[in-house]
Amino acid sequence: MFENFKARAETSGNTEVKRFATTALALGFIEEFLEKEEVKDETGSYAVWAKSPILEQFDNEAMAQKFPGLNFKVTRELAKGAKVGITQLKWGLAETGSMAQDSTDVEQRLASALAWIHVAILPTSKIIADIPALMTKMHPKYDKYITLITGASKTADIERVLAIGVHGPERLVIVCVDDLELEGVAS
Amino acid sequence: MKEGMSASIHKALENQNLAGILDRWNYPATRAKAFEGVDFEALRSKIAGIKGEAAGRLDELAETFKKNAEANGIKVFRANSAEAARQYIANLCKEKGVKKIVKSKSMATEEIHLNHFLDEFGIQSDETDLGEWICQLAHQTPSHMVMPALHLTKEEISDLFAEETKQPLDNDIQKLVKVARKAIREKFFEADMGISGANIAIAETGSIVICTNEGNARLVTTLPKVHVALVGLEKLVPNYTDAAPILAALPRNATSQLMTSYASFISAPTLNDDRTMKEVHIVLMDNNRIKMAEDPKFKEALQCIRCAACLNVCPVYRLVTGHVFGDIYTGGIGTILTAWFNELKSAEDIQALCIGCDKCKEICPGKIDIPGLILEIRRRAATKEGLPFIYKSALQVINNRKVFHTMLRTASVLQKPFVKEGFIRHLPMFLSGLSEYRSLPSVAAVPFRDVFKTIKQPKCTEKAAFYAGCALDFVYPDAGVAIVKILNKAGIEVLFPEEQSCCGIPHWGSGSFDMAADAAERNILPLLEGNPEYVVVSCASCTTALKKEWIKILKEQHRESLIPDAKKVASRTYMFTELVDKLIKEKRLTPKEGIELHTLTYHDSCHAKRHVGVFKEPRDALSAAGYEIKEMNECDTCCGMGGSYTLKQPEISMQMLKRKLQNIEETGAEFVTAECPGCLIQLRGGLDKSGSKVKAIHPAELMVDKFK
Repeated sequence: MFENFKARAETSGNTEVKRFATTALALGFIEEFLEKEEVKDETGSYAVWAKSPILEQFDNEAMAQKFPGLNFKVTRELAKGAKVGITQLKWGLAETGSMAQDSTDVEQRLASALAWIHVAILPTSKIIADIPALMTKMHPKYDKYITLITGASKTADIERVLAIGVHGPERLVIVCVDDLELEGVAS
Repeated sequence: MKEGMSASIHKALENQNLAGILDRWNYPATRAKAFEGVDFEALRSKIAGIKGEAAGRLDELAETFKKNAEANGIKVFRANSAEAARQYIANLCKEKGVKKIVKSKSMATEEIHLNHFLDEFGIQSDETDLGEWICQLAHQTPSHMVMPALHLTKEEISDLFAEETKQPLDNDIQKLVKVARKAIREKFFEADMGISGANIAIAETGSIVICTNEGNARLVTTLPKVHVALVGLEKLVPNYTDAAPILAALPRNATSQLMTSYASFISAPTLNDDRTMKEVHIVLMDNNRIKMAEDPKFKEALQCIRCAACLNVCPVYRLVTGHVFGDIYTGGIGTILTAWFNELKSAEDIQALCIGCDKCKEICPGKIDIPGLILEIRRRAATKEGLPFIYKSALQVINNRKVFHTMLRTASVLQKPFVKEGFIRHLPMFLSGLSEYRSLPSVAAVPFRDVFKTIKQPKCTEKAAFYAGCALDFVYPDAGVAIVKILNKAGIEVLFPEEQSCCGIPHWGSGSFDMAADAAERNILPLLEGNPEYVVVSCASCTTALKKEWIKILKEQHRESLIPDAKKVASRTYMFTELVDKLIKEKRLTPKEGIELHTLTYHDSCHAKRHVGVFKEPRDALSAAGYEIKEMNECDTCCGMGGSYTLKQPEISMQMLKRKLQNIEETGAEFVTAECPGCLIQLRGGLDKSGSKVKAIHPAELMVDKFK
């Protein structure tokens, strides 16, 4: 499943898929990533991290101190100027390389739709086959606003030439974590 | 055809920007890749089933949707007319004090000219889909249903953006997109209301599904405090799981993607970022859709999922582009939707653009017979207003064998001053346009029906009735002679029923189904005389008539008594190469050994490939007969003949021919063959005019001396 998911996701446009055995390794990668992207407390340079189960796995305060531009509260203004938006996704779909987000909570949408780079955390175990499979897991009765995300924001509206990053992220980094098994409010 | 239409066709053909863009795309190849591992036939049967069933109960589904969406907290308004939809949205704007709106692409709002209407109330609506925004800046309508601004060049777009943003810009597409991102982003935050469309509306859950690649729909439904979705009733499906096959087909067929970047299921209002509750309104719009669903023929068109694949493959759309081929909804399906959501009148000119090649039917994920429905528009117009006098007279002449054949015989004499090597290369004065790009064939000195009487045949137990069709009879009698020789060689005696006359396809194609039924009636019994095992047809179009259309037309015209005989004819009918392939495989025809190898390229006539599904057999037969087949690019794309199309739309027809000739030349083959004398007239004439070395020839003539 993972291999198919990775292959399909990586052909969907400006998307990288990383896989880590443990949450600790994944967090290490995210820290490195924030460093590399020079996240700091300035418009266009900071990061927002929307409510996610993975946040319970480490000391948020400590990480926020390390990266003064890292915010765990997502407002429309913060999201608008964010370079990096981090969210945790609920399901991955192997057939199309898509991820399913429960975006009922507006913060999930703001962080993943407005930032330049969307970092998507996905438990590897949550990769399932396709949309019909997803429909047995997520239902509009419980999830009022579901979004399938496949690749970065793109357009071919000018002369049918592909351009990445129109209204949404121009880069999608998917962080698959093998030991992340959290249920609940995962988005 | 109105003058304006013909002028706009001319203008569109001069500006080949969009055509060039679609060509560079190579849609068929990228689409095939997107469908790898997917059973397209099964998928589209599923979609056609779901949507077809839904179309049968739109009213009920709309009520279920309303009930369920309202239970979720969404306000649902059923608008019967465009006016009612506009008024509801305008009132809502007034009530909420809305001054600025951001829109995510919605064809339904285009359909009711919503922006213009709101503008009158001083409300500014900004399109956020890049293509739509470009059209808005240019004060134009979309030219493609998925990529609305495809007709504009990057230079034109750069100028529009420079004017809008008051800064000088270069023509780099990547940079232009970023300029748009920046300019539109502020609008999302300033807007009081977001308006979207919907790709799917699910009755069971009261949800709408919206797909975009740019992500604008997520912002339009997230940032402003009020969200209004304008949804045509045909977007309704009964169940949640019905959305899955539609989402599997839509992006693959539309843009060769596995999925669009974003697909959102919105089922209830959610909290805004200031913790207030969003207001969500869904306007379910009828605007003649229920009436369409009640029409036994046009109900099928409601199975459309708006992928626009019918535009991408249409050889005419690719030439004339969207502003000629439609208005809001463009291309093949657009012609049909325009007739119902706008008015039949405005679709009448557009319908004449369809050449009936069936390319679109082949890839339609809703299994809609688009050309058939366009023909139905034509038929209704012809029934209501009658055909133009000259055209009607011509069709009547064709249907009167004696008069028509006498005319052809006279023509063979009168044409003499213009004929050279079997071609008419120049015609005088007002007829000159007909021979401008293509030499015309001359009428044979002696028609096949006369030649046939002089052919001595062996007496065999097995018999085949030969249906020659007008063009072979009077233009290419040599092909007829070759067919008789080959069948004789397989031990089949050929009968030529004298009474045979035009198959009726020209009448059918112009919407005169009664005349087409007359044609069927005149031929059916003569073809069964002598109880032949086979009915052999040397023309793909006539084969379609014999195998399929006669039965349908007779049913349609309530001439049921003839149907059993029509079915008998249909079951015995073979296209010539189809029968030869069968005879070779049954070892009744044995190819000679050690013959010199020649190369050919096979042009699939639209009727052969898509109406009767014969494309493998001719290739097999020709290969067995010793030819190396060099496939051309777009081998099954129409050559532009299309019967009377070449006379009615000469400019389009000739552009299609030009493209076909180029594809033929690129193969380097010695011959091009097609089993349709119509295609052969077009190809042979075009090759002659361009001075090509390639010979266009009927398969029978290529195979005549290749069997032991």
